[in-house]
Amino acid sequence: MDTRIDFYPTHQHQGYKLRPGRPVLFGATLVPGGVNFAICSRYATSCTLVLFEKGAPEPMVEIPFPDSFRIGNTWCMVVFDLDYERTEYGYRMDGPWDPAAGHRFDASKILLDPYAKAIGGRDVWGKPPDWNDPYPHRARLIFEDFDWEDDRPLEKPLEDLVVYELHTRSFTRHPSAGVKHPGTYAGIIAKIPYLNELGVNCVELMPIFEFDEFENSRPNPVTGETMYNYWGYSTVGFFAPKTGYAATGPFGMQVDEFKNLVKELHRNGIEVILDVVFNHTAEGNEQGPTLSFRGIDNQTYYMLTPEGYYFNFSGCGNTLNCNNPVVRMMVLDCLRYWAAEYHIDGFRFDLAAILGRDPWGAPLPNPPLLESLAFDPVLAKCKLIAEAWDAGGLYQVGSFPAYGRWAEWNGKYRDDIRRFLKGDEGMVPVIAERIQGSPDLYGWNKRGPTASINFITCHDGFTLYDQFAYNHKHNEANGEQNRDGGDDNHSWNCGVEGETDDTEVNALRKRMIKNALAILLMSHGVPMILMGDEVGRTQRGNNNTYCHDNDLNWFDWTLLERNADLFHFARQMIALRKTHPLLRTREHFGTSATQADIIWHGTQAWNADWSPGSRTLACMFRERQAGQAGNTSPVLYMALNGYWDALPFELPELPVNYRWHLFANTALPAPHDIYEPGHETPLEPYQHSFLVGGRAVVILIGRP
Amino acid sequence: MAIEVEVSTRDRVTVVTVAGEIDGGSAPGLQARILPLLQQDSSLILDLRSVTYMSSAGLRVLLLLYRQAMSRNGRVALAGVAETIKDTMAVTGFLKFFAVADTVDQALTTLQQA
Repeated sequence: MDTRIDFYPTHQHQGYKLRPGRPVLFGATLVPGGVNFAICSRYATSCTLVLFEKGAPEPMVEIPFPDSFRIGNTWCMVVFDLDYERTEYGYRMDGPWDPAAGHRFDASKILLDPYAKAIGGRDVWGKPPDWNDPYPHRARLIFEDFDWEDDRPLEKPLEDLVVYELHTRSFTRHPSAGVKHPGTYAGIIAKIPYLNELGVNCVELMPIFEFDEFENSRPNPVTGETMYNYWGYSTVGFFAPKTGYAATGPFGMQVDEFKNLVKELHRNGIEVILDVVFNHTAEGNEQGPTLSFRGIDNQTYYMLTPEGYYFNFSGCGNTLNCNNPVVRMMVLDCLRYWAAEYHIDGFRFDLAAILGRDPWGAPLPNPPLLESLAFDPVLAKCKLIAEAWDAGGLYQVGSFPAYGRWAEWNGKYRDDIRRFLKGDEGMVPVIAERIQGSPDLYGWNKRGPTASINFITCHDGFTLYDQFAYNHKHNEANGEQNRDGGDDNHSWNCGVEGETDDTEVNALRKRMIKNALAILLMSHGVPMILMGDEVGRTQRGNNNTYCHDNDLNWFDWTLLERNADLFHFARQMIALRKTHPLLRTREHFGTSATQADIIWHGTQAWNADWSPGSRTLACMFRERQAGQAGNTSPVLYMALNGYWDALPFELPELPVNYRWHLFANTALPAPHDIYEPGHETPLEPYQHSFLVGGRAVVILIGRP
Repeated sequence: MAIEVEVSTRDRVTVVTVAGEIDGGSAPGLQARILPLLQQDSSLILDLRSVTYMSSAGLRVLLLLYRQAMSRNGRVALAGVAETIKDTMAVTGFLKFFAVADTVDQALTTLQQA
């Protein structure tokens, strides 16, 4: 291999051997004998590669790119004989300082490569940084030789997914987690048996791209505890996994550890979706630090006002200029890299409506970035999920440009189911849409139920337990006098605000949680469960815990014992969903493509009460041919009583030889609240009506 | 950091005893020394009792050895891996490629049983 001419240096700088690099391999790439460094900037006038010995305060060398190494707007160079493990690199860019024209070059800053694949500087979570470090987030070199054996993305059909949204650190940081490496990627591996027992087959990881937990960190005015950028919705580097989440971060092995996590999840039948934040960066507005993009090519990377200030459609200070072709290419390169190199199964895009705005902020009818992602061959089998709104007021649930590919977090599902559960009037016709996969949103455009990611809770807002324990948010611990966080929670505290010893209230709360889980897992579309909701995790009424590295966020595993009935209920509901293809159709009911059908009932069979005052609804899923000509497929029936008193629901007639079996009745305490699928308890043949308790859900299975 | 490498034979199996820290500096030399041994013998034991640190580059030498041995239908057994190194290997997925034993004797038994 040393017989190729291009393995030999042609230039030298202070003893470092160099050769012109290749411009299209952006970032740092290991090549035989050396490292290919490539970076682009439209407006920079010169570029210098800055190399550090790992962790050293001062550079070991600065190598200006020779003029002949620049091609177009790219600088590229191979440096030979570097110790891959001991080298950190950054860039200095010279160019105009002219904010009104959008330029903020500053050659005194050492800049992080936007394509950095590993980033040092925050190697151990929460370890206070050296605030005087001239280069706080340091690009490192990595081997891209992970041994995947025969692993690849699982490519499960979207309709079969049960998504579990989790935060890497929160999942196993609590002492009760009992894992060897709390709060890390390795910790998640240790809990795979739990995920399998619950039955979820996809984890959606809250941001794992390198971020700075110390961004805007401050002491809690009440407790004195440090408040962090804990959730991590503020990206420092889009190509690098968060080092502080890796047990092996101090050894620089976060890339291998994260890949091993993906491999192990896949081996256990669990897909991995990443929550990606391409709407803004950690650099904030003009007051923020210059870490990377601002100093490399401010006018390219950010949406700027005519005066050169930062548009703030993200609510976080700046807005990534996603439909600039260079930025679009970076986003595409990034996702391709995660799909190909990390075997990621899908992506959930934070504030995705921003990705459809032009460089001046106007929504585009045919956004090139969204189209590129939808048609990309590497991403072709990846799930693409949009949070279809942004902080600038663009709300696109039901109308996000989909190209036959994009699914959406269905915010309307969340709000409508919450309101029905809470007892609001006028919700029956609306939740009928939600339960059948929101054809009002995704039917007319033929997107189908899988365009709808159904959720009642997610990291933003109350947990499911708090949804029924608090009427109002209690965010005092966030240090903003309870002003932050949403007020549109549609929650109901079941009679007492917060914790109580009242057994009736506590029993009702559990029932409400079970009601929510039952509806979620019976609905068409793709269900998503928030980490811990299956065991009644609480945030003590805080609906915006983005800054807390404590038990407001940490999964308390003692809940698994204390709320064993909730866990059991969630588990059986997931099992039911997996048992019955009727719950996972790819098309909406009533379309010619599907053999499945939905029939609406009320307290009277065949006669749903759609009136504004109604709080009852029942639905029946079945194959059209069920009970005929040898078709013995089951019939599923769900009665929802949102009224506070028990009501008799007349049961619809079943095909001859079929009999109703009780699967779930949330009005009953455990263990009579739910049965294992296939082991439901039969009703008497003469039972033609079922008394559904106040604020309760009943699920029946009709089968021979 | 210099490392010491000693090659011996036990029951016709090559045993490579390494002492020191295996990092980006020492890994290439170690690799150059061990890879040729697989030319003659498809299986070998690495005695790592006196290895105090192993970086990512060190783990990659081990994996390269494993892949080479596999291509000759051989195996690689590791003996006496320090607990911290073993832990790093487990968390990053390297460990499961190897037969692991506390001592060279046990490693020998493992290889002979296979």
